[in-house]
Amino acid sequence: MDFEVISSYIPKYIEAFWLTIRIGWIGIALSIVIGIFTAFVLHFKVPVLSAVSKVYVELFRNTPLLVQLFFIYFALPKIGISVKADTCGAVGLGLLGGSYMSEVFRSGLDGVAASQTESALALGLSKRQLFFYVIFPQALSLSVPGVVANVIFLLKETSVFSAISLMDLMFTAKDLIGLYYNTTEALFLLVVFYIIMLLPVSVLGSIIEKKLVVFGH
Amino acid sequence: MGLEVLLKGNNFIRLLLGLSVALKISLVSVVISIVLGVVLGILMALKNPVITVVSRVYLEIVRIMPQMVLLFIVYFGSTKALLINLSAEAASIIVFSFWGTAEMADLVRGALGSIPVIQYESSMSLGLDKFQTYRYVIVPQIIRRMIPLSINLITRMIKTTSLVMMIGIVEVLKVGQQIIEANRKSSPNAAFGIFLVIFLMYFLACWPISMLSRYLEKKWEN
Repeated sequence: MDFEVISSYIPKYIEAFWLTIRIGWIGIALSIVIGIFTAFVLHFKVPVLSAVSKVYVELFRNTPLLVQLFFIYFALPKIGISVKADTCGAVGLGLLGGSYMSEVFRSGLDGVAASQTESALALGLSKRQLFFYVIFPQALSLSVPGVVANVIFLLKETSVFSAISLMDLMFTAKDLIGLYYNTTEALFLLVVFYIIMLLPVSVLGSIIEKKLVVFGH
Repeated sequence: MGLEVLLKGNNFIRLLLGLSVALKISLVSVVISIVLGVVLGILMALKNPVITVVSRVYLEIVRIMPQMVLLFIVYFGSTKALLINLSAEAASIIVFSFWGTAEMADLVRGALGSIPVIQYESSMSLGLDKFQTYRYVIVPQIIRRMIPLSINLITRMIKTTSLVMMIGIVEVLKVGQQIIEANRKSSPNAAFGIFLVIFLMYFLACWPISMLSRYLEKKWEN
């Protein structure tokens, strides 16, 4: 391994790292919003919207992100909907993640015991209070482990962005290998930067999960 | 809309053949993953300190490394570091099995851990010997917990194999691109039709399997 090569590559990787992080977290934020919304709609069986959400969740859970991105990036412009590569990445990740988050939040909502609702009503809480003070906080804490797992999954999925020419970590590695043939150095940095990106999330996730078990009981 | 391209020549058949390439890779990887995963999962449940540490590191690597990165390391790295020339198919089967084994092992360990001690104690007090306890009490319960989750692994494997186009395997997405290129002049909108069809093909490959997994999970819940 040549350390001069490595140090000359680092700035390129840092740039790609921030791009990956930026699009990744926008996508994740979007997926949480979509997930919570569709979970509510599905849990409370809102007419029409729940049918739409159901189709959406099934479609996006059962297709790969790569295919979704190709569809958004290459197919939609043909019917007049053009999106830039970075928007496409964030939206694609948000849509994929939304379908996974939806399942997580829904099982969180389903997991709140019926006796909680009954007790709250018996204590004279209004519907609104029941939801915001009793159901929502419990559903949220039940969802945390699933959300953490999905965040890690989605950050890993960002590696697919290179397929639509976004200059992410994967793209940079591939580009450098193609230009200079320093395969070992390029792959080494790729691994290092993914560890920097994902290890803290993974460790933090485990800590939060442990804390929550205590809180839940 | 670009759908007419599909009816031209044997384009639709070519897409299906492309999909079958991806499905074949995922099927082989799933079989390897399930076998190795069950073995590793049982080893992990033994709580041997060395196995625990090694498997922990292995699971963490799989947990945080994108499959695409692993694919690149094995495909491009092996040529350089070990001076062997792996075919893209072999590289992808190695990577997906490496990933799937970790997932499977974690599921097996979880299922083994989820059987309450009272099951073992009750079996013993009923006079069952160790073999009978496992044969009639523990293993059937584990299998019920495992099957829906392993079926779920199959759909995840199928979705992940779409990545193999990135290391040059001609599968459904690559075939789609070729068809779009070849018909650039005659049907400029081919991209819409082709990618829509590929999207639906993947959906039709994975959805029934997901439904089966969910059905079994519900059925065997208690």
